[in-house]
Amino acid sequence: MRSASVDQSQTDQQPPARASAAPDVAPPLLSGAEITIQALIDEGVEFVFGYPGGAVLHIYDALFKRGDAIKHILVRHEQGATHAADGYARATGKVGVCLVTSGPGATNAVTGIATAHLDSIPMVVITGQVPTPVIGSDAFQEVDTVGITRPCVKHNFLVKRVEDLALTIKKAFYIASSGRPGPVVVDIPKDVTDPNIKIPYEYPAAVHMRSYSPALRGHHGQIKKAVEKMLAAKRPVIYTGGGVVLGDASAQLSALVRALGYPITSTLMGLGAYPMTDKLFLGMLGMHGTYEANMAMHETDCLIAIGARFDDRVTGKIEHFCPHAEIIHVDVDPSSISKTVKVHVPIVGPVQSVLTDMLAVLAELGRTPDQDALAAWWQQIDAWKGIDCLRYDRTSQVIKPQFAVETLYKVTNGELFLTSDVGQHQMFAAQFYPFDKPRRWINSGGLGTMGFGLPAAMGVQLAYPDAPVACISGEASILMCIQEMATCKQYGLPIKVILLNNGYMGMVRQWQEFFYESRYAHSYVDALPDFVQLAESFGHVGMRVEQPDELESAMREAFAMRDRFVFLDVIVDPTENVYPMIAAGKGHHEMELPPTMSERELA
Amino acid sequence: MRHILSMLVENESGALSRIAGLFSARGYNIESLTVAPTDEPTLSRMTLVTWGNDDIVEQIKKQLNKLIDVVKLQDLSEGEHIEREMMLIKLRAARPDRDELMRLVDIFRAKIIDVTDLSFVVELTGASKKLDAFIKAVPEALITEVVRSGATGISRGEKGLTV
Repeated sequence: MRSASVDQSQTDQQPPARASAAPDVAPPLLSGAEITIQALIDEGVEFVFGYPGGAVLHIYDALFKRGDAIKHILVRHEQGATHAADGYARATGKVGVCLVTSGPGATNAVTGIATAHLDSIPMVVITGQVPTPVIGSDAFQEVDTVGITRPCVKHNFLVKRVEDLALTIKKAFYIASSGRPGPVVVDIPKDVTDPNIKIPYEYPAAVHMRSYSPALRGHHGQIKKAVEKMLAAKRPVIYTGGGVVLGDASAQLSALVRALGYPITSTLMGLGAYPMTDKLFLGMLGMHGTYEANMAMHETDCLIAIGARFDDRVTGKIEHFCPHAEIIHVDVDPSSISKTVKVHVPIVGPVQSVLTDMLAVLAELGRTPDQDALAAWWQQIDAWKGIDCLRYDRTSQVIKPQFAVETLYKVTNGELFLTSDVGQHQMFAAQFYPFDKPRRWINSGGLGTMGFGLPAAMGVQLAYPDAPVACISGEASILMCIQEMATCKQYGLPIKVILLNNGYMGMVRQWQEFFYESRYAHSYVDALPDFVQLAESFGHVGMRVEQPDELESAMREAFAMRDRFVFLDVIVDPTENVYPMIAAGKGHHEMELPPTMSERELA
Repeated sequence: MRHILSMLVENESGALSRIAGLFSARGYNIESLTVAPTDEPTLSRMTLVTWGNDDIVEQIKKQLNKLIDVVKLQDLSEGEHIEREMMLIKLRAARPDRDELMRLVDIFRAKIIDVTDLSFVVELTGASKKLDAFIKAVPEALITEVVRSGATGISRGEKGLTV
């Protein structure tokens, strides 16, 4: 392997197409720093979330001069920058962009990069690096950023020559946003951005890479085979994931589900792709999924998996997963297919295109499913629904977290962008806030990153300044990125934080109660700040609610403050657990239901 | 089952670590890995020997193909192919053992490429199994040092692995 990097333009089979129309106009002479900023502008980037430092000072200087064309959002910690860019990307479908310095700037960004990686979020992270002559000398603020981020990015680049910069940035955006999306890191040494070295700049209009060609269509024969199997099913279930949201295939999914009349369930990441208030929707599946969704998974004879990856939180114990089913799996990433669960009809392709083709085949065949079998299947599902697995004590004198989420839904009429942190509040939100549109439910599903919610909400609010945006959180999660309240103040972001404050790391406490005989090892947060005063000290509005009957009016008051950031500290029952629950190593039919329910209901 | 995977990868500084990192991160087995530039200077050819059941090997191939730097991948074990590995082995060759060692070198069609009063360096090329067999045939006490290149391979017939 040659140690020196090859001129990247040589590695392409075709020269990149040129953006400029008039070949006789000489391209402008720009420095590496100016190229970095101009490339982002030419890429149509609206916001850059970042934090300056030594290695990116040239870039920040170039940014200063182009403040008219691109907005920089100064966060208070690089993790916040990555989550904000991530939230922006999830809400809009566009690529989120970060700019951080070398060393600690880059390492602070790693958690956010890994978060985006596990949820396949398109992001470009530009990191500064020490100058090329001192790379490898343990220079000040030097880390091997490309090495550190390699396992948690879709791809990364170290740019060693200013001549490669524009093309590399183009490639980064192309890779991040195509196929199965993901984060791409572009590491730029300081000397590559030297303001005194100027070269002709042209941003390529398109890029071709011989080693990267994501699938654009599904295989027609496979699609036909899948539709035949779907039509022949007696007990079908459609199981969808984040791929439907990422692939903007909500409309096609709804058309298919309604054409077939089949029950549909979704992973945590896919919620909202199909309207959750629709009667065909069974609720979320998996570890904290509904009884009806999980039982339907267990009994189905034909599982139609669309843009979902059979995550362990969804499947439970693989040996018990869908024991009676033939499985159809649509995914743009071939390595997702048959990774953990063997499938019978794999279809590699973008969800939107495959579903469109499926609808066409369905229309062409002109057949409908076996209505008698389907009616019997729905009867069975309705019986499972009758168990009312999300039941909780509505007469409680303390605020139940479920009640808080239901009240949030009522107050916002379901019209909300809701970001979440990680833990019990995340699951309660997924269970009790039915989203009817995609890109409204924004949470860290794969990595489970506490601290994600607040900075993600900043990205969402910036993308949709007039929309109501809330972050549901716990008192443990919120403290992990609490510093971003300062960013919210600086940019006047009217986010509403709904803090379900139970004094514990609720999900940890729940597991300790269930599996460690209630030995609550370090899950009690013994010294909490006064969140009302804390919010006020950042220049925001703080409110606290302790009584169930005061909650709705407090929430209405908070959302009525349309131009203010409001921190609503909701004191909830510290003993509440998330049900149903499938313990690790159990199958879908082995759920724990709420303790108020009698044993007869257990499967 | 043992598989020989042949890959064309972009000749870039991070490519080798991406591939090696993939194997350690996902817990896949790696028996040997060889890499060198090809006639096309922007491409390296990598030969990787791994083992696992069919599902695992299928997943390994998918994950390798997913890496942006991997241009093309071929599982040589799926068809007729030639496998070659080179070994340099240093043997204690004192008077009483010399004749026997030379006979073994003959039988295996190896070459003695360095001689002292007390040692031979033997060069042997062949499929990895043949190299194993030679090591087994030599009395263990006579082996000073074993250097193996790791397997490389190429498919039989007119078709080639090219971009």
